[in-house]
Amino acid sequence: MPNIVVLVKQVPDTYSERKLASADHTLDRASADAVLDEINERAVEEALQIKEAQGGEVTVLTVGPERATDAIRKALSMGADKAVHVSDESLHGADIIQTAKVLAKAIGTVEGYDLIIAGNESTDGVGGAIPAMLAELLGLPQLTHARKVEIDGTSVKVERETDAGRTFLEAALPAVISVGEKINDPRYPSFKGIMAAKKKPVTTLTIADLGIDASEVGLANAASQVLESAPKPPRAAGQQITDEGDGGSKIAEYLVSQKLI
Amino acid sequence: MIDFRLEEEHEALRKTVREFAREEVAPVIGDYYERCEFPYEIVAKMGRMGLFGLPFPESVGGMGGDYFALCLALEELARVDSSVAITLEAGVSLGAMPIYRFGTPEQREQWLPSLVSGEALGAFGLTEPGGGSDAGATRTTARRDGDSWVVNGTKAFITNSGTDITRLVTVTAVTGERDGRKQISAIIIPSGTPGFAVSKKYSKVGWSASDTRELSFADCVVPASNLLGEEGRGYAQFLSTLDEGRVAISALSVGLAQGCVDECVRYVAERAAFGHKIGEYQAIQFKIADMEARTHVARLAYYDAAARMLRKQPFKRQAAIAKLVSSEAAMDNAREATQIFGGYGFMNEFPVGRFYRDAKILEIGEGTSEVQRMLIARDLGLTRPWQ
Repeated sequence: MPNIVVLVKQVPDTYSERKLASADHTLDRASADAVLDEINERAVEEALQIKEAQGGEVTVLTVGPERATDAIRKALSMGADKAVHVSDESLHGADIIQTAKVLAKAIGTVEGYDLIIAGNESTDGVGGAIPAMLAELLGLPQLTHARKVEIDGTSVKVERETDAGRTFLEAALPAVISVGEKINDPRYPSFKGIMAAKKKPVTTLTIADLGIDASEVGLANAASQVLESAPKPPRAAGQQITDEGDGGSKIAEYLVSQKLI
Repeated sequence: MIDFRLEEEHEALRKTVREFAREEVAPVIGDYYERCEFPYEIVAKMGRMGLFGLPFPESVGGMGGDYFALCLALEELARVDSSVAITLEAGVSLGAMPIYRFGTPEQREQWLPSLVSGEALGAFGLTEPGGGSDAGATRTTARRDGDSWVVNGTKAFITNSGTDITRLVTVTAVTGERDGRKQISAIIIPSGTPGFAVSKKYSKVGWSASDTRELSFADCVVPASNLLGEEGRGYAQFLSTLDEGRVAISALSVGLAQGCVDECVRYVAERAAFGHKIGEYQAIQFKIADMEARTHVARLAYYDAAARMLRKQPFKRQAAIAKLVSSEAAMDNAREATQIFGGYGFMNEFPVGRFYRDAKILEIGEGTSEVQRMLIARDLGLTRPWQ
């Protein structure tokens, strides 16, 4: 009966326009609808499938502002059992290293975990480093980019897929895994799940509760600083080639000039 | 004064269905529609997320929600596509609800689990060729013969009646006469019963990815225990469910009206003519403002009717008003949206083309606009001397 912790994150909806705040180049959370990151839905789904097959308990964990409770609620509606929410104003602008440290401490509050499941990277920050950092901090094996996960009482097997190909990994539990897009199709919460989620326990913690000092976190203490940011330039008009008998070679010339062929 | 803020769980449901419609329905429904094909895969997914169980208690396998939850789901689905919305509406209000409400414990046990989970569909056969809204003119008969009913007649425009997952059709039939008036009863006819023939699908102007057929019964024999509810009360039972069906169709209409606004707001920011985005011209802005205003008013009308229904207050008039104003809003918005899209609005591959084709039936089904006006007038005490 595995005890699983799933890392979730609230991100701006990829369907809406996403911006950075002009003052400090952090995410402008007010400008877009906030949703549970799609890859986290897959992470939750994987945990639920393991639970449905083997029993156990699923805890979701998030570090984020107060409104991240909506993302937690979604995960609980899907069927997770309880949640831990680390919410602290001093975390505004926290970088990946700080976030990994906070997550590691927060995971310490979940008793007897066997497996930690994360998405391989978020759709907003696209850092992709949290699962590995967290495994390092906790001294656990990391099995990332999973497209298939199998666990038995003491070990986890993962089919890992990256651009380089597939590898088949195995490690002893407890372990950290991250899942990719192909892992599963996440369920949509049912109304019954939505109702049940209202009654599930959510523990809210500050960084002080985790023994972390405000001077270790936040934008001012981040390992790197964003100096400048600019929105992506609008797409330029395409180049039109008129075929006057030599259309084919003109296209070939263009592709050569772009180093595409 | 109260307001119309949604409860937390209703709002969460609305968002979930919106997401579902956007991700699972919108990308693929155009092809089903074009081929007039029933979208089994989408319906199965709707079943898995519990949409067919929304207004039913958990004791019969439902989601423990209410009729308003169903309305919100219908609105969000219809914002993207009406064929899947009407499949859900008919599956719940006409397929499962009469059995839940009037069925014996045995009938409930036999039929409800698969209907409520969406694995199976039920249909309701009331309308007959030449019958329409004048449901008292039923000509289909059911004759008692020992332990059986023998059903003869024809039913028209029956939604969900001929899919691969349709398990039953409840039909209204004349079972006798009392004081010179026809006694109408409801009888459950399982799909595949000998003597029960399902025609091929109608070729419809809209709702093309939904299943609508003509049914005929020729000495179709079912057990006496298939009587649903009281003998001779079939029509009265059906009437009692009509008002809530109107609220559901109103929600569906509001969804279509809103879908027109969504599509137009997006399109006019992209499409340029005479040197400007067309959304910068007041002629276009005013059209869209009117569309939004109609949608908002229609939504408030169905929220109000639904709120009264849930409080168990009389809501006949409010249901008729909601159905009337929202179906007309849907039709008006579809016409204006098509106009704004110009030539592309006339192409089936754009959603507004589908909205245009799907809107007209909303002024007809579940009581025409004329019937709604009649109901409102009657509720105001206006009588007709010859009646």
